[in-house]
Amino acid sequence: MTAVLTDLWASLRRGLETLGSMAMFLGRLLAYTPGAFLRFPLIVQQVFNAGALSLIIIMLCGLFIGMVLGLLGVDLLQRVGSEDALGAGAALSLVKELGPVTTSLLFAGRAGTALASEIGLMRATDQLSAMEMMAVDPVRRVCVPRFLGGVISMPLLAVIFSAIGIYGTQLIGVQVMGVDAGSFWSQMRAAVELDDVMEGVIKSCAFGVSCSLIAVYEGFNSMPTAEGVGRATTRTVVISAVATLVLDYILTAVML
Amino acid sequence: MSARGSAAAAAQDGAADDALVEIRDLTYSVGSRKIFDGLNIRIRRNRITAIMGPSGTGKTTLLRLITGQITPDSGSVVVEGREVTKFSRREKLEMRKRMGMLFQNGALLTDINVFENVAFPLREHTNLPERLIRYIVLLKLEAVGLRGAYRLFPSELSGGMARRVALARAIVMDPAMLFYDEPFVGLDPISMGVVLRLIRQMNDALGITSIVVSHDVDEIGKVADEAYLLSEGRVAAAGTPRELAASTEEAVKQFMGGLADGPVPFHYPAPELVAQLMERNKK
Repeated sequence: MTAVLTDLWASLRRGLETLGSMAMFLGRLLAYTPGAFLRFPLIVQQVFNAGALSLIIIMLCGLFIGMVLGLLGVDLLQRVGSEDALGAGAALSLVKELGPVTTSLLFAGRAGTALASEIGLMRATDQLSAMEMMAVDPVRRVCVPRFLGGVISMPLLAVIFSAIGIYGTQLIGVQVMGVDAGSFWSQMRAAVELDDVMEGVIKSCAFGVSCSLIAVYEGFNSMPTAEGVGRATTRTVVISAVATLVLDYILTAVML
Repeated sequence: MSARGSAAAAAQDGAADDALVEIRDLTYSVGSRKIFDGLNIRIRRNRITAIMGPSGTGKTTLLRLITGQITPDSGSVVVEGREVTKFSRREKLEMRKRMGMLFQNGALLTDINVFENVAFPLREHTNLPERLIRYIVLLKLEAVGLRGAYRLFPSELSGGMARRVALARAIVMDPAMLFYDEPFVGLDPISMGVVLRLIRQMNDALGITSIVVSHDVDEIGKVADEAYLLSEGRVAAAGTPRELAASTEEAVKQFMGGLADGPVPFHYPAPELVAQLMERNKK
């Protein structure tokens, strides 16, 4: 029993230490952020890497999730005789919840792993040490542009995901299942308010910060070995997914 | 003793204060393993100093201590008369602007080409116009014989070429000190000869102080003015490479002669071979 408690305490302590270390790392990233905007091309490059290169998977997933929403939504709403509410229901669920959360999970899997493994490999091949030897802080030069690239990309990707998702719902609900197009769009316009859109934007910004922070932190602190980089990549996906869902619950509860 | 060796000895006697780097009573441990235990080294200006020793003796760690990338447990590291262990992060970065380092694998930034790799420190630390940056970078690449390769990416370079590009990058800010971490590992004889010649040329032409970490006794002996042999966390021997080669000390003889057994045992501590072979149900 004592051994179990000791192990639990040790795990808790390690977790808190990691959290503290991550908070300090975020502090360093934020401290360098104003200066980073003076070298905007570096950020643009990372927005391209994290955002533009994730576009295909985001659009594809958005389309299929929207189409599934169309199928299930029509089936469900027909049972209560209100299939006209399909547009409103799909738009609200996509804008407020599915868009930000799914985008974040996909971002962690596509861009987060790319960030973590890229920085981890830079560590393993002494590129970060070389920068330190050239009197260049690798946090400023490598981590901050990548962090900001992720933070900027996430809300943009979430908006695209939601828009494509709504198109997918319309495609199935209106074009295939025969829901009235006028009702679909007018109900959506009436139901979705600016606050709902802002809720989605705030969520995706928070997910952008958390996923990008986890990716650059894990990559930067990875062991300089093949196994270390692999472990950092795996941890990035797992921690980002859990953080996304926990943050989602907290933010939903706060903004309800 | 060679002319260079004699000159080194004379300088050692006559100019006690020309040390650029001075390490005193340094101790450093990783976990329970003691890497250095009372290490004392003096690196003199405008010389090529070799740091030699078997693998795992902390040669690369020593470079990281001198450059302030890690902090010793005790003792002092004085560079240009200032104590590195007391430097703030900003002061360490300032100090490193006067240093260049050639890493074992080159450590070129893989997402930019040769030109941009060499230009990297200039872009980070200066506001020079693009035309002047181009001028400097091409001259440095010319010095290492790779001006024609300025458009290539690191993945397109051989090991020797990558190290020469890294050398061009290391000298692009005209540093006072240049550190070489195992510069000969994995090089073919031609590349090795080129790198050796470059080390000597850079040192003499630019007035740089060079510290070369290596265990290639023959190669480093050709260019080094002075050498330190590390063993068990201390300096086992110091002098010119020729003096070390003539040493009668067991540890020095074993290393310089490449003998399998000696003070540094060939076998890792293990139980009796037959007894271990006869053991059952054990891996």
